[in-house]
Amino acid sequence: MSTENNDTKNNEPKNSEVDQYSGVETTGHEWDGIKELNNPMPRWWVYTLIVCCIWAFAYQIYYPSWPLINSYYEGMGGKTQREVVKAELEMIAEDRSVFADKIQTTDLATINSDPNLTEYALAGGKAAFGDNCAPCHGTGAAGFIGYPNLNDDVWIWGGSLDEIHYTINYGIRGVHEDTRINDMPAFLRDELLSRQEIDDLTTYVQSLSDSSIQSTPAVHEMFIDNCASCHGEDGKGLREFGSPDLTDAISLYVTDRDSIVDIISYSRGGVMPTWNGRLDEATIKSLAIYVHTLGGGE
Amino acid sequence: MKLLDKHSILEKNPIILLIGIVLMISVGGLVEIVPLFYLENTIEKVEGMRPYTPLELAGRSIYMREGCSNCHSQMIRSTRDEVERYGHYSLAAESMYDHPQLWGSKRNGPDLARVGNKYSDEWHREHLIKPSSVVPETIMPGYPFLAEADLKFSKIDIDLKVNQMIGVPYSDEQVTNAVADLKAQLDEDSDDYDAFIERYPSAQVRDFDGNPDEITELDALIAYLQMLGTLVDFSLYNETENNR
Repeated sequence: MSTENNDTKNNEPKNSEVDQYSGVETTGHEWDGIKELNNPMPRWWVYTLIVCCIWAFAYQIYYPSWPLINSYYEGMGGKTQREVVKAELEMIAEDRSVFADKIQTTDLATINSDPNLTEYALAGGKAAFGDNCAPCHGTGAAGFIGYPNLNDDVWIWGGSLDEIHYTINYGIRGVHEDTRINDMPAFLRDELLSRQEIDDLTTYVQSLSDSSIQSTPAVHEMFIDNCASCHGEDGKGLREFGSPDLTDAISLYVTDRDSIVDIISYSRGGVMPTWNGRLDEATIKSLAIYVHTLGGGE
Repeated sequence: MKLLDKHSILEKNPIILLIGIVLMISVGGLVEIVPLFYLENTIEKVEGMRPYTPLELAGRSIYMREGCSNCHSQMIRSTRDEVERYGHYSLAAESMYDHPQLWGSKRNGPDLARVGNKYSDEWHREHLIKPSSVVPETIMPGYPFLAEADLKFSKIDIDLKVNQMIGVPYSDEQVTNAVADLKAQLDEDSDDYDAFIERYPSAQVRDFDGNPDEITELDALIAYLQMLGTLVDFSLYNETENNR
């Protein structure tokens, strides 16, 4: 550094000049004839800074903050977010317990005949349905291909309050040991029937719901031998096996000829999850009540 | 105010300013990040956690490759609304074998930390191939190619090996048998089933993509999704002891 520079640096504070218009000291910096004023920070700003610093220290003392060797400083307040959320959930549970406890301990038929409980169950059921059921059954519960419509009168496993409750609770082909389960054979893959036989059988299944299609007595025999043990001799289905009615032209899947051939050949086995354990009993009961009211409850 | 007048030293010497900034910022890291590596109570004591099976690990790689975490978080925060919607808040223990973690911070879609067993495999299949077929109002794009893409798993043992090196407790036996284990998880009737279950208790074994003839990327991704958040046994979890 040159001597001249050093001089300037050392003399800076002493040499400071005062701006003649504002009476404020300048920093000595000059750009194109404009000089920088050396105003102090505004008072309010400095005080805010000091208050913030005090707040920060108080915060560190009150809340868990500093790491230690084996643990951490837990704070004078002794607060943890996990305790906060636990307390909040307990508070909510208590608020709800007025109705939820009653729903949990009352049987479904009684809930359904008590307008107050029903109203509560419907509101709770609707909310739980949106969170948990709508991804498969749709927000309006109209279902999709492979996921049943809950608004109509057709029930594969039964549409009474108790049956619906059982299905929600344990699921269909779910993970619970009491889950509803059936297993339709894959007649082509397991080599139980030939392609021709499956083709004839498809015509027969179509004839059950469409009078314009004719089948033969021989195929009827084949139906009795292979299908009737689950679907019934008249093809109307048996709920204890969860076998669908084949005569009503309503299907969980697509009803065109190719799809029926495909179902007989390779079988189907949709899964409804087990909700027991994931949702509490009051919620499952509320869902049963809600689904029951959607249209076709029995 | 003598000390405050010295700020001109920082302002006139960028190197000193830089050193000052680095020192200042590293305080945040030293105080907030470093202790998590040595404090014993960072990770809760839980029952049921195990390292990912080779198939789940492969699915996790696909999850990362497709950028699922750009729209889905895997972190149920400890607030009332989240716990009510998604289930028990996420524990540090549930991410202890995650390298890297996929907590995410963006929620265009729902949180997936506990999506395991919530929907059926078939639903996942249809939903991944064409999301709007089961959720009409969704904005999620489809991933139909996953069902056709063969899973490349001949070197999956290296994935396990790398995880082992960075601290995931894979046994050497698990690393050596990785390829066989990956196949075994897709077939309940395979000869390796018993050995596989012994190495990975509570693993779900079945054909996940509905196509038993091929091992596809869809198999791996659904296997991963179906185990998310299902490992910890909350009936044995001591809430009070693990309050943080």
